[in-house]
Amino acid sequence: MTNSKYFVIELLVNNHAGVMSHINGLFARRAFNLEGILCGKIGDGSTSKMYLLVDNDDFLVQIVKQLNKLYDILEVVVHQDFDITVFNNFETLLKIKVE
Amino acid sequence: MKMNGAEIIIKLLEQQGIENIAGIPGGTNLPIYDALYKSSINHILCRHEQGGAFIAQGMSRSTGKVAVCFATSGPGATNLLTAIADAKLDSIPIICITGQVSYEYIGTDAFQEVDTYGLTIPITKQNFIVRSAKELFFIIPEAFRLANDGRPGPVLIDVPKDVQQEIVEFNEWPQMLPEVVVENKIDSSLINWVSQQINKAKRPILYIGGGVLNGNASEQIRKLAKKNNIPVVTTLMGLGCFSCDEPLYLSMLGMHGTRYTNIILHEADLLLAFGVRFDDRATGNVVKFCPEAKIIHVDIDEAEINKLKNVDYSITGDIKAVLEGLLPLVEENNREGWIRLVEKTKAEHPFILPEARDILNPINIIKLVSKLVADDSIVTTDVGQHQMWTAQVYPFKNPRTLLTSGGLGTMGFGLPAAIGAALENPDKQVICFTGDGSILMNIQELATLADLNLNVKIIILNNKHLGLVRQQQELFYGGRYIASKFVTNPDFAAISRGFGIPAYDLSKETDLIETLKMAIAQVGPVLIDIPVRENENVYPMVKPGAPITEMIGGDIYDK
Repeated sequence: MTNSKYFVIELLVNNHAGVMSHINGLFARRAFNLEGILCGKIGDGSTSKMYLLVDNDDFLVQIVKQLNKLYDILEVVVHQDFDITVFNNFETLLKIKVE
Repeated sequence: MKMNGAEIIIKLLEQQGIENIAGIPGGTNLPIYDALYKSSINHILCRHEQGGAFIAQGMSRSTGKVAVCFATSGPGATNLLTAIADAKLDSIPIICITGQVSYEYIGTDAFQEVDTYGLTIPITKQNFIVRSAKELFFIIPEAFRLANDGRPGPVLIDVPKDVQQEIVEFNEWPQMLPEVVVENKIDSSLINWVSQQINKAKRPILYIGGGVLNGNASEQIRKLAKKNNIPVVTTLMGLGCFSCDEPLYLSMLGMHGTRYTNIILHEADLLLAFGVRFDDRATGNVVKFCPEAKIIHVDIDEAEINKLKNVDYSITGDIKAVLEGLLPLVEENNREGWIRLVEKTKAEHPFILPEARDILNPINIIKLVSKLVADDSIVTTDVGQHQMWTAQVYPFKNPRTLLTSGGLGTMGFGLPAAIGAALENPDKQVICFTGDGSILMNIQELATLADLNLNVKIIILNNKHLGLVRQQQELFYGGRYIASKFVTNPDFAAISRGFGIPAYDLSKETDLIETLKMAIAQVGPVLIDIPVRENENVYPMVKPGAPITEMIGGDIYDK
């Protein structure tokens, strides 16, 4: 479904220890708000996918440009059509484990 | 063949053509130094790692090439941080190679362990931690490629000690990456559109900065400006990219820009922003900057487009390629009316020079020094009033003749940068204008300068204050002076002689000008301490946050 309040930024990144720090650092020092993160390795584990939930505001264009500059980011795609409930139901993660 | 990681690092640096490396050895980079023992690379033992990284910056800024420095882990690495951040903000390609505790000790608070990788994330273009010696075959050449690719910047490589000692067996050196020929193909419809805007414009201005320097495009700027009679303003970083001898030169804009420059910008109907980033020191209140003008922004970094000021049109790409595309399409135009208005404004709002008999006025000293040295001399500055006076009145004619800390504004930059410039340019005279505040921030590098006996002249414009702070307290804080006047003032000439560098204290000389001439004519390093008035201000000045047309002081009507 199309969301107007938020965007999801889909990233394909190299999977090594420092990548998350680079991305977090970018958001923190430019005062971009990050509302949610989903992340996991894909394929043979050399790359990961990250999904960042961000506010739909004027900074979005600048965020995407800055993300594109990061060395370990291989691909950036912005989505407006996504299911936000994934970000709202984190508690189900542990419930599933218990069951 | 068999080699350890440290030997591979040194060999790869040799392959990249590195001849000089500044640095300081310590526990975790000793294997690298041991490998350097057998190398043809010349090592410069600086006295503080920040000095080492600024020496690398001086090498890089004066040549445009990548330069390298070494530091050990912990305090060695943290001492580099200021100079790395400085290189990031001014887009300077340096590579810092730091030692790190062995991999198994990382994260255990080992002796001299600090998270160098984490600390340098926000201030490098990219950083690496090397996990095995084999990775060096990729990381070192990749660091050189990255440092100079697109918008240049600093790269840090953190190498744990065990990786330096790890033996690798290999048959042949990996192929040097072929020089990537960057496709400078710019969409011709964009070029066409921009050329039409230039041809249609009535009052265009070129606003150029460090991107023109890094893009080696000053010759193309000159051709474009001359063909279409477009006046040129430069940022601090752009000084030298357009000769001050050219009639179309409008000098530096901004907070301490020339009065007529800031006023003429307000009249422009087309602003050609080439290799600039709309920094607040250049634009003042960015909303009120060039209100009448359509803006065309050309920069190699897409993230700079619309970052601070929404522009009407932009091209992301290599400036030289854009200019070469534009040149045949832009019409010859004498722009009589516009040039007449520019000349009239220049006459009405000139830069006010002090009277010639006021020989110890900093502006007169800087102008005199400029006449005593060759046109291709390299000038470095520290940060403060002396820096702004140098930017305002020193006649820069060639690119890479002014090395100054623009973005970060780091006091302590001038002396080590001068050492680096002198190392790479042994045939040139190097002048470092500094202040009594700034020189103390890296004064230990006088020892490095004495070691190398380089042709560097250090000129201290000594006002016994943090002058630019004092000036702001006078103008914007009701004259409530705090922490801007030094309680004691060291004898800089005696300090210099203590380091083994000849020195002159002009407060003790009778014939000031003759002494200055003689000191500058001397071969080798010399320090000259010049007393200047304590309450001299840099004018004009735009209050931080105000539009650049609202200038304080430096007006002809003030006289």
